[in-house]
Amino acid sequence: MEQLLSFAGENINMIYIVILSVFVGIEVISNVPSILHTPLMSGANAIHGVVIVGAIIVMGHADPENFIALILGFIAVILGTLNVVGGFVVTDRMLEMFKKKK
Amino acid sequence: MEAYLLEIFYLISSVLFVIGLKMLSSPETARKGNLIAAGGMTLAIFATIFMHVDNDGHRIGNFMWIFSGMAIGTALGWMSAKRVQMTAMPQMVSIFNGMGGACAALIGLIEFPHYIHSGETLTLATIFGGLIIGSVSFAGSMVAFAKLNGNMKKDIRLPNYNTINNVVLVAILILTGFILTGMSGGSEIWVYILFISALFYGVLFVIPIGGADMPVVISLLNSFTGLAAAFAGFLYGNMAMLTGGILVGSAGTILTVIMCNAMNRSLFNVIFGAFGSGGATGTAGGPGNSDKSVKEISVSDLAILMNYSKKVIIVPGYGLAVAQAQHVIHEIETLLESKGVDVKYAIHPVAGRMPGHMNVLLAESNVDYSKLVEMEEINSEFATTDVVLVVGANDVVNPAAKNNPNSPIFGMPILEVENARHIIINKRSMNAGYAGIDNELFYDAKTSMWFGDSKKVLTALASELKAN
Repeated sequence: MEQLLSFAGENINMIYIVILSVFVGIEVISNVPSILHTPLMSGANAIHGVVIVGAIIVMGHADPENFIALILGFIAVILGTLNVVGGFVVTDRMLEMFKKKK
Repeated sequence: MEAYLLEIFYLISSVLFVIGLKMLSSPETARKGNLIAAGGMTLAIFATIFMHVDNDGHRIGNFMWIFSGMAIGTALGWMSAKRVQMTAMPQMVSIFNGMGGACAALIGLIEFPHYIHSGETLTLATIFGGLIIGSVSFAGSMVAFAKLNGNMKKDIRLPNYNTINNVVLVAILILTGFILTGMSGGSEIWVYILFISALFYGVLFVIPIGGADMPVVISLLNSFTGLAAAFAGFLYGNMAMLTGGILVGSAGTILTVIMCNAMNRSLFNVIFGAFGSGGATGTAGGPGNSDKSVKEISVSDLAILMNYSKKVIIVPGYGLAVAQAQHVIHEIETLLESKGVDVKYAIHPVAGRMPGHMNVLLAESNVDYSKLVEMEEINSEFATTDVVLVVGANDVVNPAAKNNPNSPIFGMPILEVENARHIIINKRSMNAGYAGIDNELFYDAKTSMWFGDSKKVLTALASELKAN
């Protein structure tokens, strides 16, 4: 219990951010028309690619002698980049088509 | 000094994510919104590479590894995203989602040895959170991809799969507790067992879910990955990851619920009630339908019928997309319009393989945006419509959803095409639709069947219309 409380206390800023972000996430997309569901899902998919930042941190501080960490980190960087780049490009392609209004 | 700057860059990134997501939910601003979010991402990535300092004051190293990894990922991601057919879009999103999940899982795998002996139970719990959710998301997305891509045609349902899944899930939680409380004696092997169990659970989670529900599952897995990213953000105290991950986690969950509502089903029902698995009720629309006869119509008759119509509504379904017939259908629409026929498209919210998928496909072939009418608006118009042309759609026009409580799609809102004067249904054969259920509409006196590959028959119709 004590450990839990001190953990909450030390990370209280982050806990605030988590809770407020949940509400922002809900609020931001609650009025989306159904034609945009697919692009929106795809765009959100690209945003969670932000996990690449974690992969960079892990890779950047990995011990150059520790090959397992290097290789896993390397794969993580590749996969994270795939998520980001692929996600944004595919979303852009979908949305490009909506622009051709006459 | 630089550390503060990095935090400010992360703050800007987070704000850009929120603005981008907001703009993505309106058609006029969506494309710009996507670019804004991408800008936020670029900022977060490069700020991290050049400014991040860990607790011991070390800067980011291993630049060669990082940049070559990013180059490979960019090349692969860019090419596959540019090349993918619009019809295969849902699979693509599923793959990218799986990659993000795998990335989060790998971070967990690399980080846990640093904390397993430290006694920092809650930090370790954060790592396991990212590890487990990321693995489930990765494995689940790969199964969803295989299903949508047709590599896994049959829904595999183990007997009592719900029980099995729950047992595995509970086992994962117990194992996590076992490691966290230190009862495992800090042995790393248990973490790998946890990792493999989570992958296994991801497979079990998605495998029994029917193809028609795949969009919902992808959206759900999407929010899982968001959550996994947020766990990693918590671990590093990284605000960009934290806000980005949570935003997607919560927005993704709401989007999943919205999608479920469009099909009039609860999320619980999608996950635990597997579509079409309800035993006897889930199979065909009852006996007897096979002896009922259907009427067929020829291309020339159809062309004449359409020529003398005032109002035609086209109901496009996934079959149209598979046959790549979206361009021909646009041609037919233009031909009919030039003859003074009023043509509209009726778009069911779940037409295609994902909500909004059909709009994307028709927009690709330059169909005017304002001609795409959503279900609620167009349903009242069918009564005044001369001809409804249903192309490669089945379940979304199945009246069983309204009047057969035993049907697995009962309660799903449908396009009420049965109110129109003539109903023409183009299908390749009499096979049941994606959900695997028969459609009584085919046997309606007003209905004529028009068999053949959508692209072929529509091309024939287009030339017939030109000749007249």
